[in-house]
Amino acid sequence: MTQPHIRLTDVEMTFSRPDGAGEDIHALGPIQLDLRHGEFFAVVGPSGCGKSTLLELMIGLSTPTKGSITFEGKPINGSCPDGIGVVFQEDASFAWLTVRDNIAFGLRRMALDRREQDERVEKALAMMGLGEFADVYPSQLSGGMRQRVCIARTLVTEPRLILLDEPFGALDQQTRLLMGDEILSLWRKTGATIFLITHALDEAAMLADRIGVMSSRPGQLIDIVETNWPRDRDSRIVEEDAFGAVTARLWRSLRVESMKAIGKKDARP
Amino acid sequence: MSGSGRRLIENMGWLTLAILVIWQGLYVVIGDIALRSPMATLKFTASFVTTAQFVTHLTETGKAFLMALTIAVVSGLAIGFWLGIKRFASDVFEPFLIAVYSVPKITLYPILLLIFGLGLSAKVAFGAIHGIVPIALFTLNAVRNVKPVLLKTARVMGLSTTATIQQVIFPSALPEIFAGLRIGFSLTLIGTLLGEMFASQRGLGFLLMNAIGLHNVDVIVMLTFLLTGFAGIAGIALLLINRRITAQI
Repeated sequence: MTQPHIRLTDVEMTFSRPDGAGEDIHALGPIQLDLRHGEFFAVVGPSGCGKSTLLELMIGLSTPTKGSITFEGKPINGSCPDGIGVVFQEDASFAWLTVRDNIAFGLRRMALDRREQDERVEKALAMMGLGEFADVYPSQLSGGMRQRVCIARTLVTEPRLILLDEPFGALDQQTRLLMGDEILSLWRKTGATIFLITHALDEAAMLADRIGVMSSRPGQLIDIVETNWPRDRDSRIVEEDAFGAVTARLWRSLRVESMKAIGKKDARP
Repeated sequence: MSGSGRRLIENMGWLTLAILVIWQGLYVVIGDIALRSPMATLKFTASFVTTAQFVTHLTETGKAFLMALTIAVVSGLAIGFWLGIKRFASDVFEPFLIAVYSVPKITLYPILLLIFGLGLSAKVAFGAIHGIVPIALFTLNAVRNVKPVLLKTARVMGLSTTATIQQVIFPSALPEIFAGLRIGFSLTLIGTLLGEMFASQRGLGFLLMNAIGLHNVDVIVMLTFLLTGFAGIAGIALLLINRRITAQI
């Protein structure tokens, strides 16, 4: 399979100011990126570098000003293609539905018979450790559990490409490490391609096969780091020397960019 | 939920008792010139509500109120949803709605009377304009406050606009919309009765105005009692439903 799973060609995004005055804001790009089938790719970058804009482009919520994005060979324009699933940073669970109905929400509009749907929901409940909470409402769950509901809701549609936009951003460090383990085991079980956006270097270093480092605005990929981790890995990888080396290299690339992002003019490499 | 519901009804029981005690106390102080005792009112009410005259007026008011409420709810929700979804339109029209909300509607009544004439339609229109604005304002804010990430989720799942409104925006905004419906309900009732009091030949409002003219204290106190009772019971029922809806969220 030589065709990339998703391909970004010369993607650029420019926002015009809402009042029409002043210069347009060049938010992103140009970006070239090919994701291989089944790889775990992470993007790190300083805040405001256009990570979330990049994600919105990849799921068709907005259209790039220049360049094109193709998913499995077909261009994305205007809507999210079947086969892509997203988990957002904010809690996106539906407060008025039980956990089970939340998970089934996206399935209900797919052409599947009811038994198949129910089986998938049960499987996702079990996989995300939500079995005993199937009939409660999200308000009765912790933030971490609610994020699991959102992950499960995405999983049941069996996406071939899963985009994660800082899905653990609101969680505490310990929970994040454990959620990382779950994402890894899920990645192995489903065989899906995963694209993770994060601002946590250690998270990227621990989870991904390849890590793209983004510059401050306009966001461009300034480095791509290969981790060479075995496919069968977990959060204990943080103990290894190679992990420290990866994080160090990421920080070396990012330090200047992060300083720019917080407005330090005399940033030196 | 059933626990808090039971406590609410228990509290209402105590409140009723307190009102009866204060009422009796006031009666002792003020006397027959402007008030009747709770007992006398209950007796008078029991005999009066069975008369054909009362039933005619009650039916008239009930009809006007239901029509006004239907119009207020339907157009209030429609305006609220439309403005809530269209950012620009809501920026333009929200200040107007707030201005209209604070205008004493009674100043508009002469105009309504000239448009609709004396009778049912003027009352209905007057009741409805009381209810539309709060329902529209609450709905507008409820729709605008739906979390953007939920709308993004709907788009990623490929939901159509109609499906997004039905399955995401409406349920997400429902608790706040319902608060608007509760206020709209009370204001529509006030509007309908006011309409009847100032220019009508039928309905409970007319009956009340008539009784004031004739200094018929029995009828005045009875009508006050009945209307307060109705508004109170309806208010509690709506509050209970509201709690049920918000319990999950």
